[in-house]
Amino acid sequence: MNLNVIVHAGISTGTILLIAAIGEILTERAGIKNLGVEGMMLLGAMAGFKIAHETGNVWLGLLGAIFAGGILSLLHGLVTISFQADQTVSGLSLTFLGTGLALVMGEGLTGLTTPVVPNYTVPILSQIPYLGEVLFTNHNLLTYFGYLLIPISWFFIFKTKPGLHIRAVGEKPAAADTLGVSVYRIRYLYTFIGGCFAGLAGAAISIAISPGWYSHLTTSGQGWIAIALVIFAQWNPTRAALGGYLFGMLRRLLLDLQGPAMLLGGRNPFFYNHNLVFFLQMMPYALTVLALLWGSSGARRKRLGAPAALGEPYVRGERGL
Amino acid sequence: MNPIEPTTETFAVEMKDITLRFPGVLANDRVNFTLRKGEIHALLGENGAGKSTLMNVLMGLYKPNAGSIFVDGKRVSFNSPRDAIAAGIGMVHQHFMLVPNQTVTENILIGLDEPKFVLNLKKYDQKVKDLANQFGIQIDPTSLIWQLSVGEQQRVEILKILYRGAQILIMDEPTAVLAPQEANELIDTLKGMARQGKSIIFISHKLNEVTAVADRLTILRKGQTTAEGITLGGITRESLASLMVGREIIFNLHKQEQAAGNVVLELNKVSALNNKNLLALRDVDLCLREGEILGIAGVAGNGQSELVEVITGLRECTGHILLEGKNIANKSPQASIAAGLAHIPEDRIGVGSAPNLSLTKNVIMKNYDHEPISSDWRINYTAADLRAKELKEQYKIQAPTIETQARKLSGGNLQKLILARELSSKPRLIVAMQPTRGLDVGAIEGVQELLLEERTQGSAILLVSEDLDELLSLSDRIAVMYEGEIVGTLNQKDADINTIGLMMTGSLRGDSSCSPEEQTTPAQASAEEPTSEQEAVTTFTEPRQFDRSKIVPMHRPFMESKREDKQTDDEGGE
Repeated sequence: MNLNVIVHAGISTGTILLIAAIGEILTERAGIKNLGVEGMMLLGAMAGFKIAHETGNVWLGLLGAIFAGGILSLLHGLVTISFQADQTVSGLSLTFLGTGLALVMGEGLTGLTTPVVPNYTVPILSQIPYLGEVLFTNHNLLTYFGYLLIPISWFFIFKTKPGLHIRAVGEKPAAADTLGVSVYRIRYLYTFIGGCFAGLAGAAISIAISPGWYSHLTTSGQGWIAIALVIFAQWNPTRAALGGYLFGMLRRLLLDLQGPAMLLGGRNPFFYNHNLVFFLQMMPYALTVLALLWGSSGARRKRLGAPAALGEPYVRGERGL
Repeated sequence: MNPIEPTTETFAVEMKDITLRFPGVLANDRVNFTLRKGEIHALLGENGAGKSTLMNVLMGLYKPNAGSIFVDGKRVSFNSPRDAIAAGIGMVHQHFMLVPNQTVTENILIGLDEPKFVLNLKKYDQKVKDLANQFGIQIDPTSLIWQLSVGEQQRVEILKILYRGAQILIMDEPTAVLAPQEANELIDTLKGMARQGKSIIFISHKLNEVTAVADRLTILRKGQTTAEGITLGGITRESLASLMVGREIIFNLHKQEQAAGNVVLELNKVSALNNKNLLALRDVDLCLREGEILGIAGVAGNGQSELVEVITGLRECTGHILLEGKNIANKSPQASIAAGLAHIPEDRIGVGSAPNLSLTKNVIMKNYDHEPISSDWRINYTAADLRAKELKEQYKIQAPTIETQARKLSGGNLQKLILARELSSKPRLIVAMQPTRGLDVGAIEGVQELLLEERTQGSAILLVSEDLDELLSLSDRIAVMYEGEIVGTLNQKDADINTIGLMMTGSLRGDSSCSPEEQTTPAQASAEEPTSEQEAVTTFTEPRQFDRSKIVPMHRPFMESKREDKQTDDEGGE
């Protein structure tokens, strides 16, 4: 076990969570809860892998993944914004639909190879002691994209006019509506953008950070982790980044714990006992379930700063919304 | 003076023969309305008279079936509020349309073309401030909306409209949510804006404030104009009311002087949390006697709902609540009902009735579990129907049959249904929260008379209301709540709107003690000498008389003066 390796790998895999979580933050800030992230990610992972494999062009693969996630999310938009259906139910169905589509269309992709998004070492910056090594050396291009995404999305949400409109629509849609901001248009737009991010996060797995198509194990529940992360991050991109990276490191740590025969000068229980390994592997998901449970209390959500109109369909003319 | 010049004058707004049909309802029937430049024009009418509908037509939310609208002499046809805003018309809604966790400036900037992308809040804070200064509006542009009082939030709404360059402002019942002082400030601001050339439409159903603020007024009744752009000179309140309602309204309720009897309800150091787990009631002491109406005044959200909920057994609390000597604190609502409590809740649909059930089922909800409505474990529907018919007759509930669903009743009739259920059980204590809110003038009269009748019959009544006129005309004593405390209790004859208003905003405190010495005195007196009731009342009221010397400003320690009060009380009691 090497701390540098854990941090480096954590930042890599954390990027996947980061991208998905920022997409979901944008969607939820506009008042739409999309629990279909897992489905959109898997569809994106499949689409990206398949397109990159068939065209031999990884960039087309990324575009395809973004598009696939976005299109799937529009379905959620149609059901919840136009038909005002329950967002939780629709989001869950979206996960099933996305997962199903990805598995059917991804049949036979396992074991194939594709071009992948290249790794890159930033000149100069990588020379900074320690930080250069873990932050700027031999990372995937998408990881650097993640670095840029954090301040940009923060600035966008809190310091620009479109960001102001997103927050207004998510907090008090009636206020936005009376001032001529189209609640429906904004909700559709950011549901779509959230879907695009989820698709990209999927492709970040399959053709960039840990390439390959392993059917449903490709995403292995990271969409859910991303949703839990949004609650933990209190709908703030910078906190989401921190949480994503920490979660990535935790996953790597758990993996590394299984490797050596000796640990801290004693026999490594995880090396000898497989049941304990399963327990370790379960931990991130158990944490996710706990986070979702914890964050599902309405009062707590309010205290954390959840958008006030999150999950509420907007109908013009209903008072007090 | 401004003589009437019907043909030459260009009006800020002119609405001609506006007709708007909703399925089954003629909401506006050939309504005419004119607004002069720089005037405050009141639009008066009962609930459902078509005031808001007419203004929504002007704002472009509804398209009229017939009629024409002119703004500044030019014919217009609005398809959405956006068009109306572009034409310089803005509306302050009754329910504020503000985003609570954004700043004042952010709220004002929503939906504007400028700024284009990056919000440079510093620059716009200054702009907002300049605008506010121009109209004498006090506001800090950087504060978050949730930190502001209701009155301040309303100023943000006004600024939002002014910032968009509106020349015509529609204020939809703007004083409904304000304390009297805040209302006066608002009226001053509006008058100032009118002097600077803005034209203001002031929607209201309160006669007092209309006469205070308006230059001219238009009255609507059942979708038709009954008075059109009249000036106020020489018009009495009574004639305005009859134009509004269509018949004479008695303003003076027949309230007889009567002595209060034994203590029915006593609250001792009651504290409770609200839904956000914040302290909403702080050591509340109250006492309430037979044949007495105790009014609770206060700006909404200062603990009134929580007070009602702890008394009716719907909320946990600390301290003691004695109803006829029995502690009902933290017991079930059923225990309170058994002890003789009737509850007229604020939310008639959600709490007061089961909207999808019939009249019959709604009236038997409190006594379904004993004779004659039920025997053993069965409900006797013949008896239940009989009772429902009796009550429908007695309380004049207008509904097709007793099988009609409660939600199909009008607001006034639904309230009568609830009153029928609650009052027919011969309660000892009636807790009524906003019993007349949202009702039209005729129905209000009916409800108030029923409450006074119960008072005559010896019930104790706790009346929570935001309508100070109602409190002043019905109550024997008025307790004012501010931030979960009773900051003062006034006798009706000593109470005036100004004092109550100052207490409601926390800038004044009065005597709020309810000491046991006092409670025994009149009770003993009336028990010993039933003929000298008048005396008993005087002994009871004297120490509570509102004395301005007892008023302490907030910044002085309150406990000290309270102790002094206690002493004088004791002396007075002896």
